Amino acid sequence: MTRQIAVVAFAQSDHRRSTEESSEVELLMPVLHEVLGRTGLRTADIGFICSGSSDYLAGRAFSFTLALDGVGAWPPVSESHVEMDGAWALYEAWTKLLTGDADTALVYSYGKCSPGSVRDVLTRQLDPYYVAPLWPDAVALAALQAQALIDAGDTDEAALAAVGARSRADAAANPHAQRTGPLPHDDHVVRPLRTGDCPPVGDGAAAVILAAGDRARELCERPAWIRGVDHRIEAHSLGVRDLTDSPSARLAAEKAGAFERPVDTAELHAPFSSQEIVLRKALRLGDDVRVNPSGGALAANPVMAAGLIRVGEAAARIHRGESDRALAHATSGPCLQQNLVAVLEGDPR
Amino acid sequence: MSKEPVAVVGVGQTKHVAARRDVSIAGLVREAARAALDDAELTWADVDAVVIGKAPDFFEGVMMPELYLADALGAVGKPMLRVHTAGSVGGSTALVAAGLVTAGVHGTVLTLAFEKQSESNAMWGLSLPIPFQQPLLAGAGGFFAPHVRAYMRRSGAPDTVGSLVAYKDRRNALKNPWAHLHEHDITLEKVQASPMLWDPIRYSETCPSSDGACAMVLTDRAGAARAPRPPAWMLGGAMRSEPTLFAGKDFVSPQAGKDCAADVYRQAGIADPRRDIDAVEMYVPFSWYEPMWLENLGFAEEGEGWKLTESGVTELDGDLPVNMSGGVLSTNPIGASGMIRFAEAALQVRGLAGEHQVDGARKVLGHAYGGGSQFFSMWLVGSEPPNS
Repeated sequence: MTRQIAVVAFAQSDHRRSTEESSEVELLMPVLHEVLGRTGLRTADIGFICSGSSDYLAGRAFSFTLALDGVGAWPPVSESHVEMDGAWALYEAWTKLLTGDADTALVYSYGKCSPGSVRDVLTRQLDPYYVAPLWPDAVALAALQAQALIDAGDTDEAALAAVGARSRADAAANPHAQRTGPLPHDDHVVRPLRTGDCPPVGDGAAAVILAAGDRARELCERPAWIRGVDHRIEAHSLGVRDLTDSPSARLAAEKAGAFERPVDTAELHAPFSSQEIVLRKALRLGDDVRVNPSGGALAANPVMAAGLIRVGEAAARIHRGESDRALAHATSGPCLQQNLVAVLEGDPR
Repeated sequence: MSKEPVAVVGVGQTKHVAARRDVSIAGLVREAARAALDDAELTWADVDAVVIGKAPDFFEGVMMPELYLADALGAVGKPMLRVHTAGSVGGSTALVAAGLVTAGVHGTVLTLAFEKQSESNAMWGLSLPIPFQQPLLAGAGGFFAPHVRAYMRRSGAPDTVGSLVAYKDRRNALKNPWAHLHEHDITLEKVQASPMLWDPIRYSETCPSSDGACAMVLTDRAGAARAPRPPAWMLGGAMRSEPTLFAGKDFVSPQAGKDCAADVYRQAGIADPRRDIDAVEMYVPFSWYEPMWLENLGFAEEGEGWKLTESGVTELDGDLPVNMSGGVLSTNPIGASGMIRFAEAALQVRGLAGEHQVDGARKVLGHAYGGGSQFFSMWLVGSEPPNS
């Protein structure tokens, strides 16, 4: 695996509570145009295309097929799709570039949470025979995790509130963020989680372009080289997991080479403040690491795109010279069941 | 850069039936995975990563079921990817898994595709209306029937060709113990007398709805050297997609299908597919797609595919057998149907296809398509490793 692959461009939509005036394709189109525009590439120049999305958010089968129409797949393209967050589409594209079958890849993902109740929709991810019929929602499950952390002495409600406040303060500098500024320390949503500990419900899309070797240098002044990517899954049932830890995130980070040298930036896909506590520990991030300068998922959480946005935000900081070595993380499933870690680096300055 | 060759060393599938009420979704997929591992004489611990695919989540009513299936597939602590490319997904899933081996990211990958249609209702799953967009027309058959009609008009094919395909595939299925439909009393007359569903597609020229799963163990050269039975070697593999609906689209013979086949043949060094390929497992959910895809895949000139079918070339004992297993017309767990094509192609070149084995099959094509004939995935497997 000697081929070096980099993120060379990133674009995202403005994330909003509702985009009922737009279809998914209309949400995605400007983002695709923007990311292609940054490199000067056209669809026909791209070697491989991969996307991530979920039919359950769209409320209908084969929802990704129309998004492909937006890409403009003519003449026909080499293309694939994961029914996962776009970060895993990026993983598939990365492996495709490693084989040498393509030199460039377009990766995109999108999620519209506004048409339904995302708390209810996500219950359909659970064991369909024993758990899903009880409709335990995503906030309730995250609250179980947060309470386990508090019980273990790893955090308290004040520390959780500080995570939310810091995220939204940072998000003030992010023009795409959905929620910025201070939130009142209001009532619990599900004890011990308050509004500020939970992600906003929103719609959004994101896209990145990957390129290999010299092609990356042609397309980007300072490419964000992917030094490693790995992802791991844990058991599904919450009853067999230690919710105060994330062994899958730790293992993914180790396999991606995250522990070989310190990182200066980490973009963590932690939709709940308590999950940042778990991930900081598992990923061994010290206080000197800049965590979620974009505001993270507490400022904008378009489901299925939020993980890819973490990779894009980390890469963009390297592009701008604000980071030399960054960690990007994505998660899927209840209470951090599945985790992906990418390590990105800029050329030495 | 050097690519690692990919070998299929394990194949497993469940018995496909209308409703597997005796197992959960987890039980169903584990059965196929276990069979593939047994074929490879490997254990769960030998698997480095799992790549799983299925068609829409609405078909079972479980969102992203890979999360719940992680335990059943021995994936805990491992990477697990979930692919979804509509009807072509079974093939695409195998190709994504193969890519992990080719890239040298993993040595041994378990790949699996399934559908348990009895858990929900596929017709409902395909029929959720959305504003301002064309609804699917009374299921997949309603969408494809006009394209079959266009093919008949263009090629001048007699209207008996479709029933010949169905009669052949259903007879082939009798030799395949895993096939869903075992119609022991099938006759050509019965096919032709079956009710017209979507003119010109009759009931007996239509795929069933099945529960089932298919799994394969893919591995690198070192893994192949340890395999207890002959491996199938991937000689070429590709995916191609084009938009659903646009003025320039040829629904009878889509450009994406032609391009995908050409890429596979280029990789595998196939100059003349009709001569160089011994058999085909082709995605034929409605009988007329056999002659249509014979042309799209380059086995016949445009307008000539039906002549191969009519003259018996595609029969099990013909010169170019197609769908030796009975095909999608006999077994259709939608998300798994593409992988079954790929797996059956592998079984043929390994010489392990049992009663439906084609003697001397050394290069066999596995083919899948999906969406509105817009997603294609194919691989060509051989009994000898590439470049040897």
